[in-house]
Amino acid sequence: MRAITREFAPGFRVSSGAHLLHLFDGDIRKDLELDRHGLSEARSDLKTVALAADGQHLVIAGDSVSGGDISEQDKARLKEYRRFMSRFARVIGKMHNQVPPRIASGQRSDLFALTRLALKIRLLGKSDMREFLRIAGINIYDVLQESFDNELLKGALSLDGVLGNHLGPRSNNSVFSTLHRMSGNNTGGFALPKGGMGAVSDALAAAAQKLGVEIRTGCVVRQINMAGDRVSGVTLEGGEALSAATVISNADPKTTFLDLLGTRHIEAGFAQKIHHIRARGNAAKLHLALSDLPDFKGVAADQLGERLVIAPDMDYVERAFNHAKYGEYSPAPVAEITIPSIHDPALAPAGQHVLSAVVQYAPLELKQGWGEAKAAFTNKVMDLLGRYAPDIRQKTLKAEVLTPQDIENEFRMTGGHWHHGEMTLDHFLMLRPVPGAAQYATPVNGLFLCGAGAHPGGGVMGSAGRNAATVVLNHPAASNGPNNGGGK
Amino acid sequence: MVKKYDAIVIGAGHNGLTNGAYLAQAGLNVLMVEKNEYIGGATVSRELHKDWIYSNCSYVCSLLRPEVYRSLNLAKYGLQVVPFDGSVTIAESGDYFGHYIDHDVSRREMARHSQRDSDASVHFDRDIMRQCRFIRQFLLRTAPDPASFKPRDLFEMLHLGKEMFKLGEDVIYDMMRFYTMSIADYLDEYFENPLIKAAMAGSGIIGSAMGVMSPGTAYVLLHHAMGDVDGNMGAWGFARGGMGAIAKAMGGCFEDHGGEIVAGSGVDQIIVKNGKVTGVALDNGNEYYADVVVSNMTFPRTFLECMDEKDLEPEFIRKVRNFKIRGSSGKLNIALDGLPDFTALRGNKELMTSDIHLINSVERLERAYDDWKDGTWSQDPYIDLLIPTLTDPTMAPPGKHYMSVFVQYVPPKVHGKEWTDEQRDQFGETVMNQIEAYAPGFKDLVLHVEVRTPRELENETGLTEGNIFQGELTMDQLLFNRPIPGYAQYRGPLRGLYMCGSSNHPGGSVMAAPGANAAREILRDLRKPNTVPEGWLDD
Repeated sequence: MRAITREFAPGFRVSSGAHLLHLFDGDIRKDLELDRHGLSEARSDLKTVALAADGQHLVIAGDSVSGGDISEQDKARLKEYRRFMSRFARVIGKMHNQVPPRIASGQRSDLFALTRLALKIRLLGKSDMREFLRIAGINIYDVLQESFDNELLKGALSLDGVLGNHLGPRSNNSVFSTLHRMSGNNTGGFALPKGGMGAVSDALAAAAQKLGVEIRTGCVVRQINMAGDRVSGVTLEGGEALSAATVISNADPKTTFLDLLGTRHIEAGFAQKIHHIRARGNAAKLHLALSDLPDFKGVAADQLGERLVIAPDMDYVERAFNHAKYGEYSPAPVAEITIPSIHDPALAPAGQHVLSAVVQYAPLELKQGWGEAKAAFTNKVMDLLGRYAPDIRQKTLKAEVLTPQDIENEFRMTGGHWHHGEMTLDHFLMLRPVPGAAQYATPVNGLFLCGAGAHPGGGVMGSAGRNAATVVLNHPAASNGPNNGGGK
Repeated sequence: MVKKYDAIVIGAGHNGLTNGAYLAQAGLNVLMVEKNEYIGGATVSRELHKDWIYSNCSYVCSLLRPEVYRSLNLAKYGLQVVPFDGSVTIAESGDYFGHYIDHDVSRREMARHSQRDSDASVHFDRDIMRQCRFIRQFLLRTAPDPASFKPRDLFEMLHLGKEMFKLGEDVIYDMMRFYTMSIADYLDEYFENPLIKAAMAGSGIIGSAMGVMSPGTAYVLLHHAMGDVDGNMGAWGFARGGMGAIAKAMGGCFEDHGGEIVAGSGVDQIIVKNGKVTGVALDNGNEYYADVVVSNMTFPRTFLECMDEKDLEPEFIRKVRNFKIRGSSGKLNIALDGLPDFTALRGNKELMTSDIHLINSVERLERAYDDWKDGTWSQDPYIDLLIPTLTDPTMAPPGKHYMSVFVQYVPPKVHGKEWTDEQRDQFGETVMNQIEAYAPGFKDLVLHVEVRTPRELENETGLTEGNIFQGELTMDQLLFNRPIPGYAQYRGPLRGLYMCGSSNHPGGSVMAAPGANAAREILRDLRKPNTVPEGWLDD
């Protein structure tokens, strides 16, 4: 997803896209020496505070939970839950750094990679392997229902399965999306980079420039040019043409193939697969410029800087999702809230603060259109926050909401979707973004993908870019991708 | 003196009967115990209103494996399956979408709604048929245990992989998506017309506790496409004389091979002596003994209601408790004084005999599910009704008719509390009014109605929570995960204890595959010659 920091009110800066760093690949960070280029955490290992309207919130730190009326039994169960979930997440995480293998491609290397994958699962041991195969395809609602009694705890944990996706806790696939969210190999847990997420991009840019990469900003690509059967470069909005034998697109697959390239250059079956990529965003961003710290009921001052979530119980989350199915926004949404200025005062004028929240569900296409609805939705969100922090309206100097539609328009990201496409089993590994382009090379000679739409997906990981680079380097000629078309 | 049997089968449903029949065919001395006075379980014909025969649980026949039909010689024991023509989906607007056996007629009808969809249907049918042909070969096979190193399991895994690789890369990818997507998203990739989509989406949620927009519903479609009647894949039929005719034929075969049936008293306890089962004790106090006890009851009923906790591992019991078997459907069986007049079907005799659905959009289907999630029956339910008497006049007096109405969604409990009779009748009203809206005057024809919520279904057939598949058909409960990992080969946790119900692979519908597969495993353990067809005999 987008890693940038921008000023939305005089003196107030916020990560206007992703607002937490938790999946970024530790190896990339080392290889590119990002720390030397200025990347550092203002705070890592954020705890999760599951807000309760009555102030009886829960504090979840890794595999331990306290507060509210949490039972000893649930405390013990959380340890077990975290144990097997992180084991399974590691299996998925192991796949992040590899080019997805093809099935039945007839190539020994693919067969080898698949066998390795099977072996990783086998090495979980009999009982964990069975549990993995049992739950990998189902929904987080049932799994949490099996494990816990505490509604607030279940609500908060279920949120990880649905953030950024068109899923409710009861939707199958939400176990997988939960695992994906836990699958990073960085040890920092949820972290806030100093200077906001933009700092990550700045560090990457600095590293790239040091290696001689020329970066041009403010130039929108109008189209990807073809010369015969291969790409020859790009043309900018200004009309200026840049030529290169290899074009690597970090734009989402739909934008890349349908807008920039044009379907006439690709085979019909493949074009259809691209059309079918599900990328309807549901996550809105809320940014508040605050005159002072809001007073969240029952939340101690030293807890305000943690990751605050509003998901009172799983049925609440599911009901919020119901509306998204029918092109309505949730009248009672769920939210993941951070107040980064607590750890990084530079983000706001002295004594003042910024609040950044991911709010669901706000579907890309609203039946009545986003027009006036946006103001109404913003109101609902403020009401929601007001229920937990009654004084938040008075302390709000400016409120900004970015709906998926705003995100689509501002960042030219189809559907305004976090991951450039649903993070579900039918869009994973050799199926991401679609068979035929899942190995970063595409059916179009010289054209490659390196964005969140490619394996292993979004979440500010860096892995897709790194994997794509290895592929590009491995066939410089870049004639026919590893899988030519995959069309019928 | 007590007689000892070679095997005792608990529950004379179609799987129990199938299982018993194969064991008897192999020369075993088999006793079948059944709690009801009649056999059949949910595969039954009952005269609940004088001179009317209701198929009051399951109501159509398509998935019954032809291999079973043949090897048990069911025709000889009186089973006739009469095919009926296609289906129709009626919209509130009064328009309808008909689906006919005749491919060309079907495509013309589709083109009437959308030329594009009519063309797309060719690809759709091909892709679905591919999935059917792949899955069918595993119905009469025991699922391998991926966590085991036994040569047999390794070989089976290998076989599974080989068969999959044969499909070729593109089809494998389609399959992976097909099994993880929602029916709504899957259909969106082919079709544009809302009515056509609604018509097809229904097949993805029958008997399931998921909505058409829930990932994992696409493949449920197979349960409606992979069956056949007389070798016509995807065709549907009525058992002449009602579904009970199937049980009757199976029972005939069973008894013909020396099987004994004791009906009228349920099992109180499965008797266990030092780690192995030795027989059953019935509610009426009688005890029967055998070294092999086969349960056709649901997975939870078998272990939570008919066994002593101390004979089982706590971890096993925990898993049984977590087995997902939530009821989601209800049924009305109606005796009619005459033929109802569906406005949309006036002068369309052919479609009247078909499977009639009252729905017109995917959103309505999904909203019906939202009600279920909130713990109540759908206020705007999905209705799937049939008038079998138009095809099989033997089920009602001349000129009169029997209507079978399948309804979704209906929760096992209402807001977490047991159903009351008032609520059941309100539910019945909801459905009757819905039908009346499409067929004015329908209510005046009604002579008798049997309303069944999951509560009634469980009380009569023992299906836990009234789940018609003996357990939900989701990834966590399919193939080697059904009913739970490690117990997917029809063997219970105790020596001599076996499971042959739909809680086991390949799951529900009147398919008789679990019963057959379990029999094969039992004969294998007893080192008896196998009488059960294996794998894939036709296509």
